[in-house]
Amino acid sequence: MNNRATSDHHDTSLLTVEHLSMRFGGLVAVDDVSFRANDREITAIIGPNGAGKTTMFNCLTGFYKPSVGQLTLHHPHKGDYQLERMEEFHIPQQAGVARTFQNIRLFPAMSVLENLIIAQHNELMRASGYTVTGLLGLQHYKRAERKAVEFSRYWLDRMGLTARAEWEAGNLPYGDQRRLEIARAMCIKPVLLCLDEPAAGLNARESALLNELLLFIRDEHKIGMLLIEHDMSVVMGISDHIVVLDYGRKISDGTPESVRNDPAVIRAYLGEEEDAELPPKVARDIKKN
Amino acid sequence: MGYFLQQLINGLTLGMIYGLIAIGYTMVYGIIGMINFAHGEIFMISAFISIITFLVLGLLGMGWVPLALVLILVTTMLLTAVYGWALERVAYRPLRGSPRLAALITAIGMSIFLQNYVQLLQGARIKPLQPVISGGFRFLSESDFSVNLSYLQIFIIVLTICLMLGFTALINRTALGRAQRACEQDLGMAALVGIDVDRTISLTFVMGAALASVAGLMFLLNYGVIDFYIGFLAGIKAFTAAVLGGIGSLPGAMLGGLLIGLIEAFWSAYFTVEYKDVAVFSIMILVLIFRPTGLLGKPDIEKV
Repeated sequence: MNNRATSDHHDTSLLTVEHLSMRFGGLVAVDDVSFRANDREITAIIGPNGAGKTTMFNCLTGFYKPSVGQLTLHHPHKGDYQLERMEEFHIPQQAGVARTFQNIRLFPAMSVLENLIIAQHNELMRASGYTVTGLLGLQHYKRAERKAVEFSRYWLDRMGLTARAEWEAGNLPYGDQRRLEIARAMCIKPVLLCLDEPAAGLNARESALLNELLLFIRDEHKIGMLLIEHDMSVVMGISDHIVVLDYGRKISDGTPESVRNDPAVIRAYLGEEEDAELPPKVARDIKKN
Repeated sequence: MGYFLQQLINGLTLGMIYGLIAIGYTMVYGIIGMINFAHGEIFMISAFISIITFLVLGLLGMGWVPLALVLILVTTMLLTAVYGWALERVAYRPLRGSPRLAALITAIGMSIFLQNYVQLLQGARIKPLQPVISGGFRFLSESDFSVNLSYLQIFIIVLTICLMLGFTALINRTALGRAQRACEQDLGMAALVGIDVDRTISLTFVMGAALASVAGLMFLLNYGVIDFYIGFLAGIKAFTAAVLGGIGSLPGAMLGGLLIGLIEAFWSAYFTVEYKDVAVFSIMILVLIFRPTGLLGKPDIEKV
């Protein structure tokens, strides 16, 4: 973790992925992928099912240790972090990387409010003197807890969940659970938010609201986002930058406009007649079917 | 009536001891889904630590009982907590993520190891202790029987209730308790919100051991004799209490402990002492037939 000069201006890179590969035995889920994601931008990662998108998220958040490659987070205030070398729980805590899941993972038996407070656990732990003084009900801890509740209330309000703050999270309707998961990730106070298919299962109105929410987070909270998404209305509507994966390899990288017109992308999504230009692995698979 | 009341008091006292041990089982199960069969041995070790501390304080000429008790309580809790921590660190943490059976076998192995360790160090003979807290209240005197509520029983009941209240506050109100509840629901996700899962699990073992150590001290005071084998039956009964109350549920563990204490006391009083353990386990089986998740356990609902 070498300290780099703090850079506060726009268009600086927030995440550099270099030669990331992830192998499971003989299966190569992510194959030599490199790209950059900028601060205060939404970087979408798209690709057909099985392209290695979620695997990449799992490497970023410490759930997998990558087979090869470097994942460098350029924290705007704290310098660089090598994510692939960090303990899983240090990644949100120190590097400020938060994520959501394709199949929502809330703490279902806790209240909605508590789901947000738990995301501020480390601040509270510190304030409570690692529980010793917290148990005695000292003022300092109470103040920290009040602050945590206030911050949670802000997000509840933003997500329209205030009326359901005391509900058990597991009993919320699906769309609310999705929003709560994003709120919880934001309560970690991240610099990079990784969203795994946040629009899955949402109807058209809800996904329009989601677009609005993500733009709000980018513009008001000034953080970078990685977004895995199949819903093209979301991807094309809000992304600043798109990375396309297919069979674990990066096949395109650029603005929504350029990616939309990239022949390699069209091929990956729509398929094509047998073609000499196809990547050999893809060609083999097409022949097989 | 007097006889009934006496058994009620005895049963409650016994139940408090079981309940305190049961909490250790239920917390560990809740958080890592493992049954820590060595927990009964932790209880046994704490009884030995208590008796040794008693003797040391006696040698040092500590004559004032209340202060001695506080000192013993604190020493026993601290030292037993170290055992609990070490047990997790040495035996269970390396096996985290391995099949459940491996952890279970290790727990049984640690249980046997700790029994033999104490047997070797302390000998196999029973260790007696002079009654430390004597006297009590007598009331409802009938012709040949009067209800006896000893100071010791009051001490046990009051201390347990205080510990339970403090402990409930810890779980529900503090950041640590919240982290424990989060780990209980989803270990992986807990790490992703920045909770140090290893430390939380360690602290769970420490807390379970500290509560069991209070039970160990109470057991020593109540029965006056201990040996290296007391952890086995007490452990099994406390485990039964945890299952009866609904494993994973803290109030359930306490309720289960009280029920088992009461069943034991009443069965011994009105039927036969020899079959009191049979009665305890039979009632557990009956309850589990009708409520497989225990009295306060949450039913496992599959979401479709």
